[in-house]
Amino acid sequence: MRRYQGDASCAGPAEPAPPAGESGYTAANFTPRALAIVLGVFCVVVLAGEALAQMRSGGPSRSIVATLVAWTPLILFGPPREFGGFALNIAVSFLAMAIGTVAGLFLGIGQISLSPAVRKVSWAITQFFRNSPWLVLLFFVMLLTPFQIKIAGYTIPLPAWLKATFGLSLPVMANFAEIVRGSINSIPTSQWESAESLAFTRMQTIWRIILPQCVKRMTPPWMNWYAILTMATPLISIVGVNDAMTLTQDALAAEQRSELLMPMYGLLLVFFFVYCYPIARWTIYLERKFAVRS
Amino acid sequence: MTVAAGWTPDQPIIRIVDVHKSFGTNAVLKGVTFDVAKGEVVCVIGPSGSGKSTLLRCINALVPIDKGSIKVEGREVHDPALDKLELRKKVGMVFQSYNLFPHKTALDNVMMAPLHVLKRGKDEVEAQARQLIKKVRLEGKEAAYPGELSGGQQQRVAIARSLAMNPDIMLFDEVTAALDPETVKEVLLTIRELAEDGMTCMLVTHEMGFAREVGDHIYFTDRGVIVEHGPPESFFKSASDPRTRQFLSQIL
Amino acid sequence: MDSFWELLRGLHDSYGINLVHFYDGFERGRLLRGMWTTVKLAVICIVLSVVIGMIGAWLQGSRLKLLKALVQGYIQFFRNTPPLVQMYFFYFALGPQMPRIVNEHGIAQPMLGSFEWAVLSLSFFAGAFNVEIFRSGIEAVQKSTVEAADSLGFNRLQIYWYVVLPLAIRFCLPALNNNLVNLAKTTTQAYAIAVPETLFVASQIWSDRINVFEMMITLLTFYLLLVGMFVWIMARVERALHVPGFGR
Ligand SMILES: Nc1ncnc2c1ncn2[C@@H]1O[C@H](COP(=O)(O)OP(=O)(O)O)[C@@H](O)[C@H]1O
Ligand SMILES: [Mg+2]
Repeated sequence: MRRYQGDASCAGPAEPAPPAGESGYTAANFTPRALAIVLGVFCVVVLAGEALAQMRSGGPSRSIVATLVAWTPLILFGPPREFGGFALNIAVSFLAMAIGTVAGLFLGIGQISLSPAVRKVSWAITQFFRNSPWLVLLFFVMLLTPFQIKIAGYTIPLPAWLKATFGLSLPVMANFAEIVRGSINSIPTSQWESAESLAFTRMQTIWRIILPQCVKRMTPPWMNWYAILTMATPLISIVGVNDAMTLTQDALAAEQRSELLMPMYGLLLVFFFVYCYPIARWTIYLERKFAVRS
Repeated sequence: MTVAAGWTPDQPIIRIVDVHKSFGTNAVLKGVTFDVAKGEVVCVIGPSGSGKSTLLRCINALVPIDKGSIKVEGREVHDPALDKLELRKKVGMVFQSYNLFPHKTALDNVMMAPLHVLKRGKDEVEAQARQLIKKVRLEGKEAAYPGELSGGQQQRVAIARSLAMNPDIMLFDEVTAALDPETVKEVLLTIRELAEDGMTCMLVTHEMGFAREVGDHIYFTDRGVIVEHGPPESFFKSASDPRTRQFLSQIL
Repeated sequence: MDSFWELLRGLHDSYGINLVHFYDGFERGRLLRGMWTTVKLAVICIVLSVVIGMIGAWLQGSRLKLLKALVQGYIQFFRNTPPLVQMYFFYFALGPQMPRIVNEHGIAQPMLGSFEWAVLSLSFFAGAFNVEIFRSGIEAVQKSTVEAADSLGFNRLQIYWYVVLPLAIRFCLPALNNNLVNLAKTTTQAYAIAVPETLFVASQIWSDRINVFEMMITLLTFYLLLVGMFVWIMARVERALHVPGFGR
């Protein structure tokens, strides 16, 4: 079926569909061009700002480029001998994703439990955390969990970044649970029946037969949620964690120069774009690849 | 309705001269030439893929041509300065797959173009639309959505929709090919009535009986050229080209 | 009503459940104003982002390569950067560049306040998703239906408005609903630029009245109700747009 491409009288022959799978159409084909464009636009903006600033003041202040370069290590890696900055955003995203994935897996399996009580409770938890705003959940965890816990006489401190990570993992958990439930439901019943006829228990069937078949189908949406999570990590700056966002604002406060506002915030946007865009492309690539197979 | 200076109804209403059209390297029309007189019913037959639909689309300027000339009422269709709206007011087109607007009722489908394209008054348009629905024998189905109508009913709504623009010429592209045998009759009857009213019709069809009865002239196309043509009696009796005879023997 | 507030006050006195934001007229007033701000923010952003989505999808059908590339750049950039940083960029970096206007008291003030910047940044953020959602809906519209409209003399804009868009909306409604509900939730981040919406007001109340837990429960309930209401409205819309015999 040919699809709408604008004015029908002007539509030429349909564009050839991109070859799917390993043959040619890879994420790599796309990524460098868009990245180059974004970096190019950013450089042009910075240089234009530079020229403007020079014209206006002409004073002894450091050039914008030099200033950006000087602050970049701090924004990327945090203050010396302290963990922070963009690296902390990434670390938080990894950890929150890991927690969210494991918890979501159990929550998703809970939703197909044979016990109605487990099913209902899992469903309620999932809906609650899926439909609450991330920032509210973050505040909830930050303000209502203690700053340390005592277990068997040991005192374990709970630093702000760890609590924030936990707060971010809650919506990931709920959304991953939905992915798990959806993909388990998409496996044909014949798989369940054949496993049962081979005397697998229900748990064995889920873990050894069904879930392994779900991995492919779950990977693209899982990656999509990883990207969403990564882009939510600057929220932790609101609750006082030293992430890239906080440090960018610290740097701006230290410089007190208005011509730095656009380049500095722009730089932070570019960091995230450079990290997240390839993930998005790769997700699309996997989506198509798996769609062709099935 | 405006016509080109110098055109009078006794001249061909459609004049096609040496039309060429390729899609990429695929040459679909390779020099097609013929005329259609006002009030004439012309049937185009030929194997699938021979460029029949493309020819109709070219007449309506849905597809640009590469070479040659198509004149409708003396006006060049291929002219970049052509007012497409003027052309499409004159030429109505009905498609094999009906192509009704699925989100509009039968009546609204008929009313859409006069309302939004011609910007005519709503009351007048609605009166005409109801008239047309009656004409295609679908009274009572005004409020039905296309998804609720049978193929034959949808196709008749599509015909009414084209007629609402008060065209001088109707193009029919295999309008019965997607229908079951019983409903084919209803649609052909509607077309026959149109032809009897004096509408200029050009139809691509595989209904040989219909072509023989209603058609004034038959054209047989194959691989982008007109192989043979003539009035129905002589065409069906004494086709001379082997390709025509083979095609006719397959289909009759 | 008053006796109900008294009941809640009694709850505080005898059980320590501090629902001051309900029974105290002042706190109740500011909480309600915050909620109203959230609703306003969400509704305006939803409308604007849908408009952005429609225009963007229309531009993507353009024949101008540059225009298409610009729309594509907008989509990719806004989809792949954090909405919070976008909002800061709009408010702190773009905001000061805007001309100032003189208000009725003769004081120069920024042309756009934090509410307006929140509206802009959230609409552009959600709009980027909407463009892609609408585009996939448009791609699901059959080319032959468009051709029929073309042959009836509709021009490009008329085809888009009367045929393609109404069909595309029906195709993409589930994805669109999802994105708009997300948008309603994302309005909370306007907290970061001090828009007095629900979360912001709630944080003021819990700092003043030290009732974090009660406030949190209230907040979560409010947002669940808000989301529930949006889901309900969207379901109504979906039903209203339903066409007999049409759909997958
Ligand atoms: N829009 C198009 N783009 C590319 N090729 C086309 C297009 N329309 C038709 N064709 C090609 O032109 C040839 C003739 O098609 P068509 O006119 O539909 O034949 P017919 O109607 O006689 O069956 C076919 O090979 C078809 O693939
Ligand atoms: Mg055809």
